[in-house]
Amino acid sequence: MTVTYREALRDALRDALVRDPRVFLMGEDVGRYGGCFAVSMGLYEEFGPERVRDTPLSESAFVGAGIGAALGGLRPIVEVMTVNFSLLALDQILNNAATLLHMSGGQLNVPLVIRMTTGGGRQLAAQHSHSLEGWYAHIPGLRAVAPATLEDARGMLWTALEDPDPVLLFEHGGLYNLEGELAPDAGPVDIDRAAVRRAGTDLTVITYGGMLPKVMAAAEQLAGERISAEVVDLRTLRPLDDATFVGSVTRTHRALVVDEGWRSVGMSAEIAARVTEGAFYDLDAPVERLCTTEVPLPHPKHLEDAAIPQVDDVVAAARALVQGGPGDG
Amino acid sequence: MTDQELRDVVLAALGRIAPEADLGSLDPDVDLADQLDLDSMDTLNLVIGIHEATGIEIPERDYPKLASIDAAVAYLAARPRSAP
Amino acid sequence: MGEFRMPSLGADMESGTLLEWRVQPGDAVHKGDIVAVVDTDKSAIEVEIFESGVIGELLVPVGDKVPVGTLLATVLPPGATLATPPAAPPAAPAPAEVPAPRAAPAEVPAPPAAAVARAAAPHASHLVSPVVRHLAERLGVDLDSVAPTGAGGRITRADVERAAPEVAAPPPAPAPAPAPAPEPSPAVAAAPAPGRPRSSPYARRLAAERGVDLADVAGSGPDGAVVAGDVTAAPSAAAPAPAPAAPAPAAPAARTGADRQASMRRAIAASMERSKREIPHYYVGLDIELGAATAWLDAANAERPVAERLLPAVLLLKAAALAARALPELNGFWVDGGFRPADHVHLGVAVSLRGGGLVAPAIHDADTLGLDELMAALRDLVGRARAGRLRSSEMADPTITVTNLGDQGVTTVYAVITPPQVAMVGFGRVAERPWAEGGMVGPRPVVTATLAADHRVTDGLRGARFLTTIDKLLHAPEDL
Repeated sequence: MTVTYREALRDALRDALVRDPRVFLMGEDVGRYGGCFAVSMGLYEEFGPERVRDTPLSESAFVGAGIGAALGGLRPIVEVMTVNFSLLALDQILNNAATLLHMSGGQLNVPLVIRMTTGGGRQLAAQHSHSLEGWYAHIPGLRAVAPATLEDARGMLWTALEDPDPVLLFEHGGLYNLEGELAPDAGPVDIDRAAVRRAGTDLTVITYGGMLPKVMAAAEQLAGERISAEVVDLRTLRPLDDATFVGSVTRTHRALVVDEGWRSVGMSAEIAARVTEGAFYDLDAPVERLCTTEVPLPHPKHLEDAAIPQVDDVVAAARALVQGGPGDG
Repeated sequence: MTDQELRDVVLAALGRIAPEADLGSLDPDVDLADQLDLDSMDTLNLVIGIHEATGIEIPERDYPKLASIDAAVAYLAARPRSAP
Repeated sequence: MGEFRMPSLGADMESGTLLEWRVQPGDAVHKGDIVAVVDTDKSAIEVEIFESGVIGELLVPVGDKVPVGTLLATVLPPGATLATPPAAPPAAPAPAEVPAPRAAPAEVPAPPAAAVARAAAPHASHLVSPVVRHLAERLGVDLDSVAPTGAGGRITRADVERAAPEVAAPPPAPAPAPAPAPEPSPAVAAAPAPGRPRSSPYARRLAAERGVDLADVAGSGPDGAVVAGDVTAAPSAAAPAPAPAAPAPAAPAARTGADRQASMRRAIAASMERSKREIPHYYVGLDIELGAATAWLDAANAERPVAERLLPAVLLLKAAALAARALPELNGFWVDGGFRPADHVHLGVAVSLRGGGLVAPAIHDADTLGLDELMAALRDLVGRARAGRLRSSEMADPTITVTNLGDQGVTTVYAVITPPQVAMVGFGRVAERPWAEGGMVGPRPVVTATLAADHRVTDGLRGARFLTTIDKLLHAPEDL
């Protein structure tokens, strides 16, 4: 059946609410309004105010409440409107959710799932458009996942709820309207392994989240130029599944990391380092990175498009990497 | 056709098959395969060349009778011609 | 901006001589067009281009011998027009992209003018940005001597850096103050120390495995770095590096037969030496009774005009191609320490050349061709092979090769596999032999088929199955 990424997420929420009475959803405007990005549309009417709870505009308060509920035996799903706003709850996430298991000597698990929208490309400007998931992938005690396909949008939530520790689920705002076929019996998926989304022989393009469709389009275009790109979708940003992407690079001998985050001290730096650690003797070229320009994301469309990597940029970077020449002068 | 004309036909066909060979120095009664390193593809091309020039049909079983230039000329002189 | 480079027309090719340009700057080309003729050690090959566009500049003059990977011409996007009047290809020594052999420590680097002596038309100054002009000034590069690779014939930073003599690359950020000569930033590698050519880790590992001395390998990577492809194209033995091309003669010297034969012999020697050093061969053989096949062929040929007759070799080739499709582990390549199956059967056919030597070009998708098509392909291929007019794609990609020595009168041939292939099929003479069947002995046409295969990929059982498959196929000739 044809569904959107948004509907796949909603099906996953509905499924979890039906399956487990301990599951509830809370966040700003998730109830009567149906969610800022309409993901929870209709769930309030279906499950009522106990299971789908509107909260005050205080990320610190409702994420903290979610942690408390998880400690108390429930299975909360907390929605934070954007990753930019999650900074207001960073203290709760880092100093409580991620550390309580360690500080309690293993007595207190925090089985909490936090959903948040990340990424740019929708002219929402610098306070709503950044890709800060790499910051969370830095924190021990958390798991961070980034569904980039309909199957993962449908399947990652339940697996995350079954994890005894906090899981952050990053939904890319540019993917909500992504439309495609999803099997009617689609269900939970693993959240441990990266996936090779396209096999190739000339280079490995490592990416995740909102960049995946652009990279896939670029790979298609490169195939027309006789450049065979293998595409790896990380899926899980912490803990990283090195084996899959390092293994791919040992076969293709070249790596291009495409990350919508900023380049310096970010996700792409970690991946590049691990490729170099794990595949040094198989590298035929330096690891290349293609990231968002290091500016607060602009509002005007042409500037925003120029800041974020686009299909043509991926094609050019891959071409330069394979042909060993300069990029674009 | 006279024997000389037939000889010219055979030599012309050989010239197309082995352009680098000095046809004048070929020994007319020694095996062509040995002198020119001919293989089955060359033999077939020789038969095709002769057929195109003379119209003479050469069945496969007679290929060995074209082993040398002299043998080929003698064989062709004795063959009926189907069409020019 | 596209690039047309000297292709590798076989695992052992190191360099090629440009015999002929079939295009001029400004010509529109389409993927698959033949744009140049290149002389390898084996024969003159027509080289196809793999992208559509407009030919920009021809960078290598006719007559030059350049390493595999050398940029031969730039390709502009389709519909582009040349910004500058096309320059004639330079009549100069190797272009700047070809790294000169590593200078001995005592030698000073040649001045840029010598490294890039080009007879290019002066480039309109508006095609050089102020930054690039400034860079060229600092590096002592004459902009008239630089081949532009940027959009619309623009000279890029990289073009200037490539044309610069080997000194440290400039620091990436221009100094704000007009510093007379900014310190090169330590992060930027200076010219490599003598005896330590720039190379990728993977290239170094491959070189160690193959016993290749990196100092003998011409690098095609950024700034002349040696990459894996340069190593795999190099002969494994520590052969001397190819000498830099001498200044081109006025016309390409037509190579004499003796000259060509000597270099073909060398190429065959290098390939066969590598094969026997690296490939653990095993051999299996089978006598195949050809009564049915011969009768079918005689009957078929009796009805055909002479120009359409089939050779027995065509039945053998078709059976071998179908068997290769049925046993994919014998159809492909050993690359990077593992087997890579091919998704087509491109059947190499060993063609002996009169006067010595042989080439083994490919009949593409031989398993899908009917016998008449296969016969036509074989005639065409043999004719062009002997005339020295093979195409690059035919030379570069056989997935399995057949040698048919039947015309030479031997019963059996034990072949040596051509790397990186993993199998080679041999057929001897089709001859009448006593054949026992059902308690009776009688004369039958018989051929001995052999298989030499790479034991790293398959074992004797698969090899045996390959030959029994051919046997089965030849017993039903009407289905071939």
